[in-house]
Amino acid sequence: MGFFLETLFGGLMTGMLYALVALGFVLIFKASGVFNFAQGAMVLFAALAMARFAEWLPHWLGFESKLLANLLAFALAAVVMYAVAWLIERLVLRHLVNQEGATLLMATLGITYFLDGLGQTLFGSASYQINIGMPKDPMFLFENTFQGGVLVSQEDLIAALIAAALVTGLTLFFQKTKTGRALRAVADDHQAAQSVGIPLNRIWVIVWTVAGGVALVAGMIWGSKLGVQFSLATVALRALPVVILGGLTSVPGAIIGGLIIGVGEKLSEVYLGPFVGGGIEIWFAYVLALVFLLFRPQGLFGEKIIDRV
Amino acid sequence: MNTIATETIAVGARQTGAEGQFDSSSGAKKIGDVILDVQNISLRFGGVKALTDISFNVREHEIRSIIGPNGAGKSSMLNCINGVYTPQEGSITFRGQTFSHMNSRQVAEMGVARTFQNLALFKGMSVIDNIMTGRNLKIRSNLLLQALRLGPAEREEVRHREFVEHIIDFLEIQAHRKTPVGQLPYGLQKRVDLGRALAMEPQVLLLDEPMAGMNVEEKQDMSRFILDVNDEFGTTIVLIEHDMGVVMDISDRVVVLDYGKKIGDGTPDEVRGNEDVIRAYLGTSH
Amino acid sequence: MFYRENGQFKTSYQADQQIFPIAQDRWAVLLLVGLAFVAVPLLASEYLFLSVLIPFLIMAMAAIGVNILVGYCGQISLGSGAFMAVGAYAAYNMYARIPDMQMLVAVLTGGAFAALVGIVFGIPSLRVRGLYLAVATLAAQFVCDWAFLRISWFTNHSTSGSVSVSNLHVLGLPVDTPAQKYLFCLSLLVVFGLLAKNLVRSAVGREWMAIRDMDVAAAVIGIRPMYAKLSAFAVSSFIVGVAGALWGFVNLGSWEPAAFSVDRSFQLLFMVIIGGLGSILGSILGAAFIIVLPIVLNLLLPWLGSLFGLEVSIAAVEHTQVMIFGALIVWFLIVEPHGLAKLWSVGKQKLRIWPFPH
Repeated sequence: MGFFLETLFGGLMTGMLYALVALGFVLIFKASGVFNFAQGAMVLFAALAMARFAEWLPHWLGFESKLLANLLAFALAAVVMYAVAWLIERLVLRHLVNQEGATLLMATLGITYFLDGLGQTLFGSASYQINIGMPKDPMFLFENTFQGGVLVSQEDLIAALIAAALVTGLTLFFQKTKTGRALRAVADDHQAAQSVGIPLNRIWVIVWTVAGGVALVAGMIWGSKLGVQFSLATVALRALPVVILGGLTSVPGAIIGGLIIGVGEKLSEVYLGPFVGGGIEIWFAYVLALVFLLFRPQGLFGEKIIDRV
Repeated sequence: MNTIATETIAVGARQTGAEGQFDSSSGAKKIGDVILDVQNISLRFGGVKALTDISFNVREHEIRSIIGPNGAGKSSMLNCINGVYTPQEGSITFRGQTFSHMNSRQVAEMGVARTFQNLALFKGMSVIDNIMTGRNLKIRSNLLLQALRLGPAEREEVRHREFVEHIIDFLEIQAHRKTPVGQLPYGLQKRVDLGRALAMEPQVLLLDEPMAGMNVEEKQDMSRFILDVNDEFGTTIVLIEHDMGVVMDISDRVVVLDYGKKIGDGTPDEVRGNEDVIRAYLGTSH
Repeated sequence: MFYRENGQFKTSYQADQQIFPIAQDRWAVLLLVGLAFVAVPLLASEYLFLSVLIPFLIMAMAAIGVNILVGYCGQISLGSGAFMAVGAYAAYNMYARIPDMQMLVAVLTGGAFAALVGIVFGIPSLRVRGLYLAVATLAAQFVCDWAFLRISWFTNHSTSGSVSVSNLHVLGLPVDTPAQKYLFCLSLLVVFGLLAKNLVRSAVGREWMAIRDMDVAAAVIGIRPMYAKLSAFAVSSFIVGVAGALWGFVNLGSWEPAAFSVDRSFQLLFMVIIGGLGSILGSILGAAFIIVLPIVLNLLLPWLGSLFGLEVSIAAVEHTQVMIFGALIVWFLIVEPHGLAKLWSVGKQKLRIWPFPH
């Protein structure tokens, strides 16, 4: 039973990380109707930026403090992500305003490749570390109930808390603020939003910046846990089934979808894996998404997709 | 208003029509039995009632118009006949067979074709290809034969091409046959839409506002085409149209809808004098 | 323009409907194909065959397959790599397990299996489209990745996880030297190209395009969306599967599942986008572009760098290549969604009326 709980927690933690990336997808889709395949590349780019800045800044500015380095690196990386968002809106999105979803999807695919190459050109392609002082030791919970306790990674726990805080903040932002309302209006109908005076271009820059910020947080956490390598870019491919499950327009859906997939992957790998030669994680998320697609395309919490004749 | 102008136009068009359906002795068209019977159709979208208990019939070889203010449910009615929408209540009888809901392909196979209010042309294809898609039901060769494009497949393609060329001649769009339809002006696109429906050799043709957005000359042409189709091929026509002059002139019978309900049914003269119809158009509050 | 196209009037619909209605175009293409068959084997180096021509020919075939599905029928697919894998492994199993199996038969059978798998994974297209369909095809990709990695029957229980083939023959002739492999692939490309072109200009092709442009209207005309979409998946996957088998047998000789990963799917999609969606010529141009560009960059960038005194590493060239691909995809989608094929026809149009601007 203890082992089951450990696997469960492990899955929940991984799921939380997926959810962080999925959040970026949902944000951009919710606000602009664009599915941003480049979110994964943005995570990588942000993580690379942060990792390298944390290394370089002490040399450039001549100080020693790790904490200062991390804070400045975070801030600088955030500025970089803002620039990326602004450029993407200016150079790509503006010209593809009325195209259909498939075209936009392929455009973001192109952006993915571009950011991938650019990131590695600017920041290098070796594996880097992000050290933000996350505790690396595991801790043991429930030592009285289960013999030896249940092994839980403190780092994952803190990551989960950060993610939860982020989600709450974002949900409040969308529901309660004027900008949030504007974002929801734009997602619903570009032209109608424009006609009531909502500045489309500026809204998009805001959205992509927020998504960039989420990418930065996600990159920071993943990078701290796994090290920054370009396998991080395939993170987008891992997070895609999450948004299908949770619903492309639902922030809580991204979290719940992430948790379901994280847990499902771990449990099925551990308990079903031995029967089929292992490697279930390769396809589990996608097959689950496929099942949802066939029977409930809008996911658990998404809005029903209506096709007008 | 240009009622008088369009009256003259439509009458003129009728006089140039071919002998076809006209009984030369009395000058009256041979209208047949009921071919399409719509019974108690009700259609709802969530809380919105698009159609409430609509019943009317259409006789073979006639031109039946459906008119009514915007939002009356005219297009929804055609969509029900076509199988695009499924009504919650009611049934449709076509040539003796009754259906509670229609399947689009079945309807097409039974010989019902239609044009669309907002043009549903295949923008990526040329005019010829668009109209050729209308021949699709008649093409027999399978995938393999088409890939090899040997004797039978090639001959069949040529046969259908000939038929489509007749339609292109009839609609006078020869000069544009290879142009992608997306590049054509609106009036010509409407003709291609009509051509595609005609390519199906339909017995019943549903026309959804074929003259929307046209100037007087274009309406003249379109009226002529509709009358010629009805005269030469005997095609039954169900027509949704806003231009009263055209409707009153070329229709044999008219159905009037308002807010999803039927408020008039009869010959143009009968409908013209109907109090409810006049009220609906002049806009008394309901 | 180089030749006058006017004055070639057609007196039959058959003549009007040919693939190359203008006589000079016909001659040019026949000449090109003739040169490809006769002159190239005599002149090209082994490097050119192995690194450029053979991959180009096979990828062009795969791109034609993908274009049928994505460009003509409008069904986005990110699982083409998986269909190539199915073709390759099915062909391998036929070849390795059945004695005296002809390679050509094995390759075509591989395509048939890929078509079956394509139909199965095409079923979601009846319910969803766009991004959601992309996810469904990715599911196909990953399931196949896993199957060929973990189910050892597929690899004939190979301990290393990779399979290989040797001693290839077609109709008694050996397919061994680079020139022979080239001729074999070229023949298959010509045959499949012709079949594909015939399909897209006949009723089936029009059905596919109708579904792509407006599937509601298509249903009203009497086109069955299910038949159209699944036939697109079947034909597309068949061609892609044959290409996959060729890739394994002829190009690689021995391969692992990673040869057909999701990167391959993206590569094919890029070929089709850059070359031109909905164009057979575009598929070929796109394949050429994507195969040739890395080689050009490998030669060009270090030279450019040396002009400025910069040393350009191999890694840097690769990163730049990736960046250029990404930028090109975006550029083509914004400026010319119909890709190189459209640029080609626009260029011809301008040449026709040169030196007048319009």
